[in-house]
Amino acid sequence: MYVLLLLPFIGLLFIPFFNMSEPSLLGFPFFYWYQIAWVPVSSLLTWIVWRAARGGVRHDQ
Amino acid sequence: MINDRFEPAAFVVFLLLFIVVSVMGFVAAKWRKPKTLAHLDEWGLGGRQFGTWITWFLVGGDFYTAYTVIAVPAVVYSVGAYGFFALPYTILVYPIVFTIMPKLWAVAARAGHVTAADVVHGHYGSRALELAVAITGVLATMPYIALQLIGMEVVIKALGLNGEIPLIAAFLILAFYTYAAGLRAPALIAFVKDIMIYIVVIVAVAIIPIKLGGYGAVFAAAEAGFKAKGAGGILLAPAQFWPYATLALGSAMAAFMYPHTLTGIFASASGETIRKNAILLPAYTLLLGLIALLGYMAYAAGVKPATANEVVPDLFRALFPGWFAGFAFAAIAIGALVPAAVMSIGASNLFTRNFWKAYVNPQVTPAGEAQVAKITSLLVKIGALLVILFLPTQFALDLQLLGGLWILQTFPSVVFGLFTGWFRAPALLAGWAVGFFGGSYLAWTDGLKPLHTLVIGGATTTVYVGLLALVANIVVAAVVNLVLMGKMAEAPTSIKGS
Repeated sequence: MYVLLLLPFIGLLFIPFFNMSEPSLLGFPFFYWYQIAWVPVSSLLTWIVWRAARGGVRHDQ
Repeated sequence: MINDRFEPAAFVVFLLLFIVVSVMGFVAAKWRKPKTLAHLDEWGLGGRQFGTWITWFLVGGDFYTAYTVIAVPAVVYSVGAYGFFALPYTILVYPIVFTIMPKLWAVAARAGHVTAADVVHGHYGSRALELAVAITGVLATMPYIALQLIGMEVVIKALGLNGEIPLIAAFLILAFYTYAAGLRAPALIAFVKDIMIYIVVIVAVAIIPIKLGGYGAVFAAAEAGFKAKGAGGILLAPAQFWPYATLALGSAMAAFMYPHTLTGIFASASGETIRKNAILLPAYTLLLGLIALLGYMAYAAGVKPATANEVVPDLFRALFPGWFAGFAFAAIAIGALVPAAVMSIGASNLFTRNFWKAYVNPQVTPAGEAQVAKITSLLVKIGALLVILFLPTQFALDLQLLGGLWILQTFPSVVFGLFTGWFRAPALLAGWAVGFFGGSYLAWTDGLKPLHTLVIGGATTTVYVGLLALVANIVVAAVVNLVLMGKMAEAPTSIKGS
């Protein structure tokens, strides 16, 4: 499950993927809203990993 | 002492909030009252009992500093998209925190460690490696404290106050309540500071674009501004791709090696507290992304700051009534107090545990440790104040830059041992030395710029020098370790032979 935590690194460190203006959202060029969108996505991925790990602990007990 | 920018409403709001916070700082000694504050676990770590919410406010208040609120929009205003690297940096930091910090906390809590250098000594039993980690921590923290003072200086000036007396007064008050209450003071004040910053930013990002014709207009104005200047832009130039990505990654790896962020980690009640915070702290990153855009709003508002650091105060003065500008400036100034307090506590913990106890007085009692740390925290803050008063501002900025490079070099020593028993202390020490001195030398020869240009097979790539030094650090540590293991393998046979 920890593999999920690598996704933000892939999504945010390969700049040519997102260094563009279009499609824009609410006036934000793609470059900006794409990176801002990674904040909740990254948080969600971490939550999934956390839940999975906690479930594992309970299972063991 | 007062100049023509002085606005009574802004000043009164600012002063009232500052007084409230100062009283809270002194009262904090009685908050979640321990049997005694005369113990380093209590003074320096708040009793290792902070739950999810207190940790959220404390680490949020401590990691996203006042200087961030001033400097990130300033860079975005000056160079555009490139300054936005703070966003991927503060996103990527949390998967790293989630993976590493609960393990580090568990080791520290089990053995009663207070600092990263304690953990390193506990794991490797090497005084030399412990000292390297401790000295690096103190060196990296000192200019960081000075930076918080620069943040305060900017808003005090924006209030229309001249001279250094307000700054000195604010910092002395901070020094005294930190002395009295320890980590409890910034933890309590962080609640006020963070709520104020959230209010300011939410109001700013909602109201300012309405006044300026929406976010589309803000980005368009910024783009036109960069075109007119002939430098910067709202997208990255291809030559900036590697600098952007390596700065984001290197900064994310360095962020929780600093004594002040680690103090927040060690002060947590449990590993679960830290895991939950890795999920919840990105709320501040969202805030930071919005704060960064203030740099573009300055273009749309037609604000022409004298220096880039004045972008945020000038924007607030131009668009908000006096009392709200005062509220915003108080938020920033108080925002400087929390990290400055935690940084001085983190540096004092290092000095006390890894220098005083290690070399001066190994028999020091817990109460004695707390006393040494309290006095050190005073000296550290006075030192930072003197640097700001008597040395050029650029000196603190340059040192802060090197500080990031330095602290990143402790990553292998602090973290690797949590995951593998393979590395030995002499190898890690060799790697640290190469990364620390080699990296500093590169930065020095590049004119104290954070970027270094590599030429690989005719192609040039520019990368963050801290990350480059870290790669050298890890390679050297691995090679030296292999050599040491080779010797170890030979040793038993040679003993047999003799």
